[in-house]
Amino acid sequence: MQNTDTAHSVASMSMEIPLAEPPQPVQTAAAPKMRTGNLNAYFGKTRALRDVSLSVPEQRVLAIIGPSGCGKSTFLRCLNRMHEVAGGTMKGEVTLDGTDVLAIDPVLLRRRVGMVFQKPNPFPTMSIFDNVAAGLRLNGVRDRKFLAATVERTLRQAALWDEVKDSLGKSGASISGGQQQRLCIARTLAVNPEVVLMDEPASALDPLSTAKIEELIYQLKSSYTIVIVTHNMQQAARVSDVTAFFYLGELIEVGDTKKVFTTPVKKQTEEYITGRFG
Amino acid sequence: MNGTGWWRFRWRKAKNLGMSTFAAACLLLSVAPLVLIFSYTLIQGISSLNLAFFVQMPKPVGETGGGMANALAGTGILIGLGALFGLPVGIMGGIYLAEYGNNPFGASVRFLADVMSGVPSIVVGVVAYVLVVLPMNHFSALAGGVALAILMVPTVTRTTEEMIRLVPHSYREAGLALGIPQWKTTVRIILPAALKGITTGVLLAIARAAGETAPLLFTALGNRFWSTAVDQPIASLTVFIYDYAKAPFEDWNRQAWAAGFVLISLILVISVIFRVVTRSRYAEH
Repeated sequence: MQNTDTAHSVASMSMEIPLAEPPQPVQTAAAPKMRTGNLNAYFGKTRALRDVSLSVPEQRVLAIIGPSGCGKSTFLRCLNRMHEVAGGTMKGEVTLDGTDVLAIDPVLLRRRVGMVFQKPNPFPTMSIFDNVAAGLRLNGVRDRKFLAATVERTLRQAALWDEVKDSLGKSGASISGGQQQRLCIARTLAVNPEVVLMDEPASALDPLSTAKIEELIYQLKSSYTIVIVTHNMQQAARVSDVTAFFYLGELIEVGDTKKVFTTPVKKQTEEYITGRFG
Repeated sequence: MNGTGWWRFRWRKAKNLGMSTFAAACLLLSVAPLVLIFSYTLIQGISSLNLAFFVQMPKPVGETGGGMANALAGTGILIGLGALFGLPVGIMGGIYLAEYGNNPFGASVRFLADVMSGVPSIVVGVVAYVLVVLPMNHFSALAGGVALAILMVPTVTRTTEEMIRLVPHSYREAGLALGIPQWKTTVRIILPAALKGITTGVLLAIARAAGETAPLLFTALGNRFWSTAVDQPIASLTVFIYDYAKAPFEDWNRQAWAAGFVLISLILVISVIFRVVTRSRYAEH
């Protein structure tokens, strides 16, 4: 299964780009769930990503680190085509299970590739229950039993169930910031995505909530493929299996997290990790 | 603190006091008209305000008493028709401008809506006259409703657009990232979040329409008899006021005042009802 996946994506890549290896050797044991080939992203004429070729390993956590404005978030948003929503354009290849994402309807793609944002953004006019159920309901799911079961399952997965089980009818905006973010994670999981993208999911939270989110990410990787953008290098080191370092829109280095943080290959990576710039 | 500093401080305090007084005075000036109009019309019309005013028909010329039940019903029907035609167009137009209107076409629609909201209502009446009255060959409630709808559309469109644009972009992104189609994101997530503001716009439009006389004069015309048929001329409070206020009978003039009071109250009541109905299920956060 994994082998065919790899073969498939390699085959589809070869149609778009020369047979040469991507600029950076990708060192992951797991098969790639998503893959970018010479990905360039633009905001108008500004080029935010430069020829990024990167694999997202299946059921692993890929952390993306780098200084502000290096294209981390843009890369993430290219994976589920949210980059277009912000008015950007992209060139190059992004594949999910070997299929070009541009060939997938963005609505269907985003059901498979979910996203958690930097700032918790529960829907203000909906209750906690309705927030979690929103993705299913607004896609036509009416079965009350199924909805209730999904809400409970995902709230448990997001480690929020015990805190809100008696107040599911309360506004999603009435709980604390850390709880709101876990609510947003539950909401993302409820549509049963294959990949979960997290854009600095803990940067607006206190240390305790951050710890909870990190614990959660660790739990989730057994069932989901996770890509997390983070400013916090300790966080990347703690939660991820693979780390990619971006700088000025380019992928500088990618590899096993332990290796990137202990014996980085590139000088820039080392300087960033040791805090000499960024 | 040295001498100059102290005087400067005193001067600053004095300026602060002056500006606060000025602001308070302006507030009074802006609230006073409503209170004055409301109380004056009440005083003038109170003697004609009784149950008969609401449930009886106008008495023939020369007899005192009677009421304007037909005008009340007529105003209700006219506003209803106006809202029926005007609100869907206005709200949909606002949604379009907010969601898909970032292009030259959207800009020109926006500009036209702004111009439209400044068009004198009597001109709108003429338009409705040509569009509805002439083809039908007679005045009708329908024509009045169309005139009021045309008056409502620009206000509703622009408020809806502004209110939708005020909803943080993050909610739209959250919806889209969940794989919810854009139109559903707009209708089920963005629109509810903007509902309060849109309601205010709708209210403004209805209140303005309820107070219009000129476009009704040659569309709905007026009717001294009970009628709820939309294809027939229909009475309205404003035309009633217009007729009764210029009449040479004191009793009629008093009834015009009463009708004025009822009209203002009606607009107030509509506002309150809408506020209560659309109150968020959750307290402001």
